[in-house]
Amino acid sequence: MKRIYVKEEWCLGCHLCEYNCAFANSGMTDMVKALRGKTIYPRIQVEQDENGVTYAVSCRHCTDPVCVKSCIAGALSKKDGVIEIDHSKCVGCLTCVLVCPYGAVIEDGSGVAQKCELCMKNSCGAPACVKGCPNGAIVYEERGEAE
Amino acid sequence: MKHYVIIGNGVAAAGCIEGIRSVDSEGSITVISAENHPVYCRPLISYYLEKKTDLQRMNYRSESFYKDHGVTVLYGKTADRIDADARQITLNSGEVLPYDALCCCTGSSPFVPPMQGLDTVQSKFSFMTIDDTLALENAVMPDSRVLIIGAGLIGLKCAEGLHNRVKSITVCDLAPRVLSSILDDRCAALMQKHLEKNGISFILGTSAKEFQGNHVIMQNGAEVDFDVLVLAVGVRANTALVKNAGGSVSRGIAVDDACRTSLADVYAAGDCTEYHDISSDTVKVMALMPNAYMQGHTAGVNMAGGQAVFDNAIPMNSIGFFGLHCHTAGSQREGCEMYEESDESHIKRLFVKDDRLTGFMLIGHMHRTGIYTALIRNRTPLSSVDFARLKIEPQLAAMGSAYRDKVLKGAV
Repeated sequence: MKRIYVKEEWCLGCHLCEYNCAFANSGMTDMVKALRGKTIYPRIQVEQDENGVTYAVSCRHCTDPVCVKSCIAGALSKKDGVIEIDHSKCVGCLTCVLVCPYGAVIEDGSGVAQKCELCMKNSCGAPACVKGCPNGAIVYEERGEAE
Repeated sequence: MKHYVIIGNGVAAAGCIEGIRSVDSEGSITVISAENHPVYCRPLISYYLEKKTDLQRMNYRSESFYKDHGVTVLYGKTADRIDADARQITLNSGEVLPYDALCCCTGSSPFVPPMQGLDTVQSKFSFMTIDDTLALENAVMPDSRVLIIGAGLIGLKCAEGLHNRVKSITVCDLAPRVLSSILDDRCAALMQKHLEKNGISFILGTSAKEFQGNHVIMQNGAEVDFDVLVLAVGVRANTALVKNAGGSVSRGIAVDDACRTSLADVYAAGDCTEYHDISSDTVKVMALMPNAYMQGHTAGVNMAGGQAVFDNAIPMNSIGFFGLHCHTAGSQREGCEMYEESDESHIKRLFVKDDRLTGFMLIGHMHRTGIYTALIRNRTPLSSVDFARLKIEPQLAAMGSAYRDKVLKGAV
């Protein structure tokens, strides 16, 4: 299964992936209209360590996903390697936020959970963070699923 | 071909089915379901009252779940007896079902302490099942005054669910604070204030002395008139089947980290069990839906001859009321150190003991809290991470580059 991986050595810490993510999932066609003046709740987040190294964190689509096992609404599932949320079933209890060890499930600003679904469900069709990264620091590739 | 029998049809049972099928696609699986509903999300009954979900969407799995997993469900039936030596169970209908491996997912039942005059109350309800919920929904009117006994998770979610459907809601509890099983005084006070702001009234630190029809007199002298009574004092694990079969039972059915009971080939999972909490190093009943699934799945894998353990269980709750959310996990151990930050609408309390994070309570700011939960679950030595940074904001950046390489550069 292809997943998103980061190359710390190439990350500029520019946060563009966060904006591309928010835009790709906004359902709008104009980036300025989608994001201008708004607080964004991206599904990928740039972190910086104590040495100034930056990198982006998004859902790992775990082999044994604790979020799926913990969802009290049966809204999270793993299909063809992708962990997705059925938003019609999610009631916003945020148990998934409480259990994700990577902090990759995010409250969306309106009280319900959201997470990276590899842009499979939006019009982007391929991860917008990867496509838009100016320095190739986020890649979408096959590295084998751990047993 | 193996014969698997599961008593109960809740989330632990669903986990058990999926666990069995991850190993064995051939064996027969029979589920004994007391309730006449396919597996549903029990904690969602308050969201149903709030109209944030409906019966269809409350189903935990798809319509074809049992068919897809080759499961026969016997609806409306219960198990009367386990004969562990003969490896068979007897149903209330008299039928006898043999098994090669059995899993008890019998859940818990509402506990109602004796209260004087309770039998004089006509309109009284528990709040555990879909059927309870539909009956309660049917009983409340826009001008109803509701009294809820119990300010725990069930009672308060019921209050939130009914809030827009009734005239008034009063919640009482013997404990001096709300959510006493998961919050300390300070955190509970913040949550109580928020609930009161949303129109919920409280009578705390006292219990009902006597009911006289639709009127109750409390031990502290307070009196309340009500139209509908909800009993949400607490729950008790359903342990009788295993106990009567000679299995080891205390407050719950005793299970090890493979979810085995003390009876051969008998497993148990979910709210009926008691098991090891690694955050407090004690054995307790942790009636939590995520744990129920994980136990069920673990039991299922082992029943089918695979190998699985659930050996990092901790209590944890994610719960919100009227837009104010709360995350708690682990334990506040005696002699622990506490890190705190707070303002009027949010609070964060982290509990540290012996170089480990053992628990936390967070209200109002729920960003990436799973990173804290993982510190408890993995028993990560805090001296191996940058805890000064983590305290302020959960982040992988404080976990060290080796951990980061592992989780961000390869499949996990």
